[in-house]
Amino acid sequence: MTYLESLRRALHTILADDPRALLLGEDILDPYGGAFKVTQGLSTRFPDRVFTTPISEAAIVGVSVGLALRGWRPIAEIMFGDFVTLAADQLINHAAKYAAMYNGQVRVPLVVRTPMGGGRGYGPTHSQSLERLFFGIPHLTVLAPAHVHDAGALLLAAAAAEGPVLFVENKLLYPQPLLLGAGAGVLRRSERVDAYGYPVVRLANYAAREQPDVTIAAYGGMSRLLVEVLARLAAEEVRVLAVLPTCISPLDEAPLAAAAGESGRLLLVEESQAAFGWGAEVAARLLAAPVGAPGAQLRLARLGAQPTVIPAARELEDAVLVTAAAVEEALLALLRI
Amino acid sequence: MTDTLEHSFYAQMTLIRQTEQAFFDLYSRGLMAGTVHTSIGQEACAVGVVAALDKQRDVIFSSHRAHGHYLAYCDDVEGLVAELLGRHTGVVGGIGGTQHLHKHNLYTNGIQGGIVPNAVGAALAEKLAGSGAIVTVFVGDGTLGQGVVYESMNLAALWALPLLFVLEDNRYAQSTPSRLEHAGRLADRPRAFGIATLDLSGADAAAQEPQQALGVDEIYTAACTAVAHVRTHTAPFFLALRTYRLAPHSKGDDVRDPAELAAAWAGDPLARLAQQLAPAVCAALDAAAARRVQAAIDAALAAPPQLINAFAQRAGWSPWQPL
Repeated sequence: MTYLESLRRALHTILADDPRALLLGEDILDPYGGAFKVTQGLSTRFPDRVFTTPISEAAIVGVSVGLALRGWRPIAEIMFGDFVTLAADQLINHAAKYAAMYNGQVRVPLVVRTPMGGGRGYGPTHSQSLERLFFGIPHLTVLAPAHVHDAGALLLAAAAAEGPVLFVENKLLYPQPLLLGAGAGVLRRSERVDAYGYPVVRLANYAAREQPDVTIAAYGGMSRLLVEVLARLAAEEVRVLAVLPTCISPLDEAPLAAAAGESGRLLLVEESQAAFGWGAEVAARLLAAPVGAPGAQLRLARLGAQPTVIPAARELEDAVLVTAAAVEEALLALLRI
Repeated sequence: MTDTLEHSFYAQMTLIRQTEQAFFDLYSRGLMAGTVHTSIGQEACAVGVVAALDKQRDVIFSSHRAHGHYLAYCDDVEGLVAELLGRHTGVVGGIGGTQHLHKHNLYTNGIQGGIVPNAVGAALAEKLAGSGAIVTVFVGDGTLGQGVVYESMNLAALWALPLLFVLEDNRYAQSTPSRLEHAGRLADRPRAFGIATLDLSGADAAAQEPQQALGVDEIYTAACTAVAHVRTHTAPFFLALRTYRLAPHSKGDDVRDPAELAAAWAGDPLARLAQQLAPAVCAALDAAAARRVQAAIDAALAAPPQLINAFAQRAGWSPWQPL
């Protein structure tokens, strides 16, 4: 099953199981079924609970907030993650505020789904990974499944959450088959949960009795590159442990610290620019807490997109975004430190 | 209007007036922090509109200037005063303060225009539930500068939602007169979306001389028409009301022409209503309101201090623990 099919099945399950679940978004009706087809079939099956909207991102999220306040379970789709800036006020000043500022007297169970990421030649305003603008917003949860996670199960968890969730999908992952179970190709896969109850997956390209040479942490669409790099480095006998959380904000650094401690070297990879990003927060947390053996010094590096717009031209886009080659090069450089 | 109704309107308006005057007094005595946006002069809008609603089931959204709407809706002067004094006995525990109030079916927020799509969502919620309830959203003229208001009007009309927009046109956005902010007539905007509109803002009048704020009786009559339309047709309605804010935007920041202010005070809707009633009745209602406000202040000031650990536990953080 692909990442996209998993998400689509989850939406069908949510609407079938909960009569208060609603779907709102642009172009989500059949036969079109959404720009990326995640919502296909839903308007046919649940015609009274799937609402196509005008091009009004602030209102899509704002209306969803009102529905959630009044007892419904809305799931809003923002067609491209880049457009979520238009709904930032609703997410930050409304969805994330109401429950706490009304002293816990209301709930805003709302999921805003949106695809982020580049690699498809869509250019500067349809390729970004803007979820980092929403990291650290109190009472707003940012979830991001990779294709090594059960994406649909994570969406079910998001829909069952008490408060608002920004659910970050990834465009290049949509057609990817999910890598689940113990054997994800040649990699050993294991899964645990973080302090918030959300899954964290570990991938290893070495035997269970061995220790990793280096650890890599990433989330979302970067899983595509990690799987490729881990497989390739296995042939070169470089032992790599990859750790991929799904709950990006708030952050439970413990599973990342544990994985980093096993090798003493941690590469943090994110699809957006690394400055002021997720990796910066992880790094700060790990520097403040002992990682690995007593007295051991953690060697850290970060990798992200170049600090400019994401070009439409394929060669330029490849030069700006993180590639598998760049990940591999950064890992090998970190091993030399 | 019956005597009973007039008495009720006067009782509510004088309670709102005295509560907000008390807020100014508490500030000047250093007992209240933050800011406050009063609706002194605009009480008739809150009282007249809310009186036309079904308080048991209807839903209200309002903005930064919501004390009047709050009191007209739930009469909870004690919870409001404690909230503005930052006490845990406040209606939202002192967390929200003046601009962020919630009780029963009333919600307010401090971002201009941001509540309007929330009101659209609430109206969709009631329509889907078949509750028969309607949603009212109060906005000021300044808020019509926000784009999301027009996204909201479009959806309310497109989806035929039971949503009453009430424009309290007090002619100023903070310090800036409406003529420096808005092209065209405000009431033409909902009309462009096909929303039934009753324009009592005075903008349609040919006369250029200052016009009096609407009285509570006129507002109540218009609101009854508007509410009946929304409930009967399950469709939005836009009610534009001419009003005037007699007090500053917040505390002491008033740069309006003193002659204009004096003329507005001469047309104060509360004083005009008093002229229709027996002086003894008004005096009794004023005194009763004053006693309630003072009792609310005394109770709030006597309330124990905030419990920081309890707040932290509810909000999910640990005091003084570094990351």
